[in-house]
Amino acid sequence: MEDENGFGGITRREMLAGTAVAVTALAITRVTGLEAAPAAPIVTPVESAGVSFSVNGKAVNLQIDTRTTLLDALREHLNLTGTKKGCDHGQCGACTVLVNGRRINSCLSLVLQHENDSITTIEGIGTPENLHPMQSAFIKHDGYQCGYCTPGQICSAVAVLEEIKAGVPSHVSADLNGPMKFSNAEFRERMSGNICRCGAYSNIAQAAAEVAGVEG
Amino acid sequence: MKSFTYERAETPAQAAAAASKPGAKFLAGGTNLLDLMKLQIETPTHLIDIGRIGLDKIEPTPDGGLRIGALVRNTDLAADLRIRADYGILSRALLAGASGQLRNKATTAGNLLQRTRCPYFYDTNQPCNKRSPGSGCSALAGFSRQLAVIGCSDACIATHPSDMAVAMMALDAVIETVKPDGKTRQIPISGFYRLPGKTPHLETNLDKNELITSVVLPTPVGGIHVYHKVRDRASYAFALVSVGAILFKDGGGRIALGGVAPRPWRVPSAEKLIPKGAKEFASRLMEGARPTKENAFKLTLVQGTIEGALTENRS
Amino acid sequence: MKFEKPAGINPIDQLKIIGKPTDRIEGPLKTTGTAKYAYENNQEVTNVAYGYILGSAIAKGTITRIDQSAAKAAPGVLAIVTAANAGTLNTGKFYVSRFLAGPQIDHYHQAVAVVVAESFEQARAAASLLKVDYKKAKGSFDLDAVKDLAQTPPPAQFGPPPQTLTGDFEGAFKTAQVKLDETYTTPDQAHAMMEPHATIAKWEGDKLTCWCSIQQMNWGVRDLANILGIPKENIRLIASYIGGGFGGKGTVLADLVAASLAARAAGRPVKLALQRPLMFNNTIHRPKTIQRIRIGADHDGKITAIGHESWSGNLPGGRTEPATASTRLLYAGANRMTRLKLAVLDLAEGNAMRAPGEAPGMMTLEIAMDEMAEKLNMDPVAFRIKNDTQEDPEKPGRKFSTRKLIECLQTGAEKFGWEKRNAKPGSIQEGQWLIGMGVASAIRGAPIAKSAARVRLDSSGKITVETDMTDIGTGSYTIIGQTAAEMMGIDLDKVTVKIGDSSFPESPGSGGQWGAASSTSGVYAACFKLRETVASQLGLNVGKAQFSDGKVSDGDRSFALGDAAKNGDLVAQDEITYGELSKEYAQTTFGAHFVEVAVNAYTFEIRVRRMVAVCHAGRILNPKAARSQVIGAMTMGVGAALMEEMVVDKRVGFFVNHDLAGYEVPVHADIPYQEVILLEDIDPTMSPMKAKGIGELGLCGVAAAVANAVYNATGVRVRDYPVTLDKILKNTI
Repeated sequence: MEDENGFGGITRREMLAGTAVAVTALAITRVTGLEAAPAAPIVTPVESAGVSFSVNGKAVNLQIDTRTTLLDALREHLNLTGTKKGCDHGQCGACTVLVNGRRINSCLSLVLQHENDSITTIEGIGTPENLHPMQSAFIKHDGYQCGYCTPGQICSAVAVLEEIKAGVPSHVSADLNGPMKFSNAEFRERMSGNICRCGAYSNIAQAAAEVAGVEG
Repeated sequence: MKSFTYERAETPAQAAAAASKPGAKFLAGGTNLLDLMKLQIETPTHLIDIGRIGLDKIEPTPDGGLRIGALVRNTDLAADLRIRADYGILSRALLAGASGQLRNKATTAGNLLQRTRCPYFYDTNQPCNKRSPGSGCSALAGFSRQLAVIGCSDACIATHPSDMAVAMMALDAVIETVKPDGKTRQIPISGFYRLPGKTPHLETNLDKNELITSVVLPTPVGGIHVYHKVRDRASYAFALVSVGAILFKDGGGRIALGGVAPRPWRVPSAEKLIPKGAKEFASRLMEGARPTKENAFKLTLVQGTIEGALTENRS
Repeated sequence: MKFEKPAGINPIDQLKIIGKPTDRIEGPLKTTGTAKYAYENNQEVTNVAYGYILGSAIAKGTITRIDQSAAKAAPGVLAIVTAANAGTLNTGKFYVSRFLAGPQIDHYHQAVAVVVAESFEQARAAASLLKVDYKKAKGSFDLDAVKDLAQTPPPAQFGPPPQTLTGDFEGAFKTAQVKLDETYTTPDQAHAMMEPHATIAKWEGDKLTCWCSIQQMNWGVRDLANILGIPKENIRLIASYIGGGFGGKGTVLADLVAASLAARAAGRPVKLALQRPLMFNNTIHRPKTIQRIRIGADHDGKITAIGHESWSGNLPGGRTEPATASTRLLYAGANRMTRLKLAVLDLAEGNAMRAPGEAPGMMTLEIAMDEMAEKLNMDPVAFRIKNDTQEDPEKPGRKFSTRKLIECLQTGAEKFGWEKRNAKPGSIQEGQWLIGMGVASAIRGAPIAKSAARVRLDSSGKITVETDMTDIGTGSYTIIGQTAAEMMGIDLDKVTVKIGDSSFPESPGSGGQWGAASSTSGVYAACFKLRETVASQLGLNVGKAQFSDGKVSDGDRSFALGDAAKNGDLVAQDEITYGELSKEYAQTTFGAHFVEVAVNAYTFEIRVRRMVAVCHAGRILNPKAARSQVIGAMTMGVGAALMEEMVVDKRVGFFVNHDLAGYEVPVHADIPYQEVILLEDIDPTMSPMKAKGIGELGLCGVAAAVANAVYNATGVRVRDYPVTLDKILKNTI
């Protein structure tokens, strides 16, 4: 069960890390469901640092292993597992989230890089009870199969429509200096960083066209 | 990924100063560095996050060019109206690279400094002179279809993967830096990258911990701007061959290549042959090429791609 | 329920819910990130630790020493599992791979050790501190080099016999008026599903529960029990959502074994996912084939002789890629021959990938047919139609249960505008682009297997279905729900579908294009039993009872369905099994693929512009999900045609391009709008559902249609997949 903020009930316990480099490590423990079973104390030294940002409108403060990516922070520390790990190397797009409204690969970003950022994950785009129009369109057009790349596709598609509105050009824009318009070719080029091995591309393009209000 | 300490720099000077710490490395967008750290190809012990030190503006220079901050994101650079209007080759090159997500994060300086995508460089079990000097080059007699055909050596046939840098090479961009002691300098892009020779691990002429602060584009030169990136899949792939071209009405032009060499490949002295056609120009441009059996096709492909670009834009 | 005679009219034929293009019932979960995949079941475990696999740095040889001192001392490390402390490990019954190396190394990136630590970051860092000393041995990595050493493999559980001969192939081919004798190759391919293989393992005493990502739960339990040497009863596997499989997650692979061992060693639940760069050499793949095809025909285009031989390699004891399967049934011809040969290779295991055998076999057979049509100066569609057969060409008199290959070809040709194709290659150009069109037939067997389900009715009239079937993106949740709703006469939203749990009644899982037809038939059987229970509970005449609109009536009396469960839930469980109909009839699915490509005249970049598929695959249970299966397969076919190849470094013995940047699969920009036409078909010989699979049919032939279109555009015939621009360039100068 998740709490109303979608964070699955996180508790933080401060631990003194007593390390050679004299940093203070905080162990962030996940607690599942309503049973807040205590985690085993983490007594090992880790290089850690603090970061504050917001996820889906909720403030988050973490003291965390410096190596933690935004993706792993979301999935393993904030229990926001809607953002997927497909390759962990920026080669698939399954981990796409919006940072200050712009889409990025959360696997290639340290969580520490996100001080004061405002992050939106798929959980912040819409919920089963209150779907975003893009989510509804994906369902209607069957723009997914296994569902694993889907959160990334949807986050990306939402951002792509904004990018086109903002006039950002693409590789296939015939005129760099002209107005940008949604088209099947524009959408497909802009979405090419989101791989769908099930091959729902044709349906995803139709879903996005519907949301953009044009013929697919 | 090895453990590292982390600090957020506030200013370029602070960042440059912090760089003297042992094992320190700058972290800008991180899209290449973190990838390599996960595989322990890069193993810094201290990261200086320079994401908030400014250097994120594109400003006019007194002589009519543009100064691009080192931390301007690839998306913002490609979308800048001045870049689109006067330096279309740069917009086009950026947009041909990576994905929307990566361009939103990757920076100008980071793009210049990204490392090769040679598959043997990426697999730490395999010998690689670039990753582990002296261990040998696995690619030379291995899988080399993607790799360099010119400018390479017996020690390394890796290519430089950047599209942006190809356009900057054609534009005669100048790279501006600051060193840990605060001294600044300007390096023309033609002198920025090193060829591998026997030291393929040394990729640029930057000093240790020298920080790129900006890239200056000279006054616009006009012409038709083209960037044709040839690859197997239609997007989100590195180039087999890419051609960045600025073509002038008089038949002349500037042409730089990606995907064929350890750095963006341009031979200005060959460009006088552009009016004579792709064949003559390409053979001069690629003089001294030393392809493998697997990537010899790139020589034909270079000529074909240039010919296509010339034909389309001169008709 | 035993299914022995062709089905008559039954409740499914009402088609109130079955056959409708219903949205997937799990759609709101998948589109909001709420569906939980293996690694994400955080709510099920407390105090979880993280596992990380170190893969072998060599392809063949032995481990002489592992120095664990630095890794053990690393922060957060809880345990390190190697062959030395893992206990005896056996292999499973489907894969021959050993999931923990030592002392022998069988292939590159075979797991050498599993490190368990408090965090993912710590486990990953510690794994890199293990110092492994190896003694390298000479391996065999080059199929071309060992082709002549290949042996005839023993008959296999799946796939055609290793050799078939009908009539006098050699004689007929020798004397044929028009002949083709060409050799083709298909490369090693990766499934490259988006979700990496992942497991959370938890021991409670000697009971093991794993949240995992595998397609066949029954095989998974069997194989994990075998590998670990523990009773099947002690294992429970749960895979509610699976992020793609395509055969690459058939049963137990290294993640399940490593997580189980690691959890036992650490005394805590362990989660572990294969890192993407490890997957290509650690798990299984579709192996490379060399295929020789000979076709003889008379001048009128009638095939008189057809022969197909295929060579592949594998680890010792591994299976043969059965690439000759389709050639046995697709076209007429009195004299026929197929032959499989298997060599030993020390690469990662070759095994099933979407339409095993049939996909790579059709990649080559359908180029050969295109080449033959050209030799005969015939239209490729007409040539295929001329050689259609309505009976099994190896067993005259054995009919196909249904077969509309001709209609597939004709319908597709019309929809696609095939008449605009110019048979002369290179004759259509638009700007810098050469335009070409290609066609291929499609065929894929329609296996079906015994399958069980349990259905529960509660007093509110709601039904819960339980079966260990999985949904790997295929739409299982939805079609199982539709089946139960149709059978019980209720709306789809009154059905809860629970699948992907080995504690549920056994299905054959997702694989071999059998999942949809088999699992829904099992649900049919269970619902059939529940209908009887309901009728008798309500005192209704079982034979006359009608289930519709949430009510049950026998004409005289009518009850709300839930009334039958007033005194407690009613539960029925049954299994469907099969008689001999699949021997009596050739049960197969058919299709046709039409593709238009544009090839750049200067660079020979290839881009697909249009795709049309026509499929004939039994009753379509849900046209929306079925169409998605087909477009997905068409997309995979474009990848197979134009880009997908795991490149073998024959010196070192590994797949070099082992990540998703190096192994390119199609992206959005590669795939145009795809049109799919599903021909009406009801096959009563299959099951009460009268349905067949379609997910693998959609892949068979696609790559050849693309390759044929490239030929039509350029005049260059590439016989070694993938068809890349360098291969065209080499042939144009």
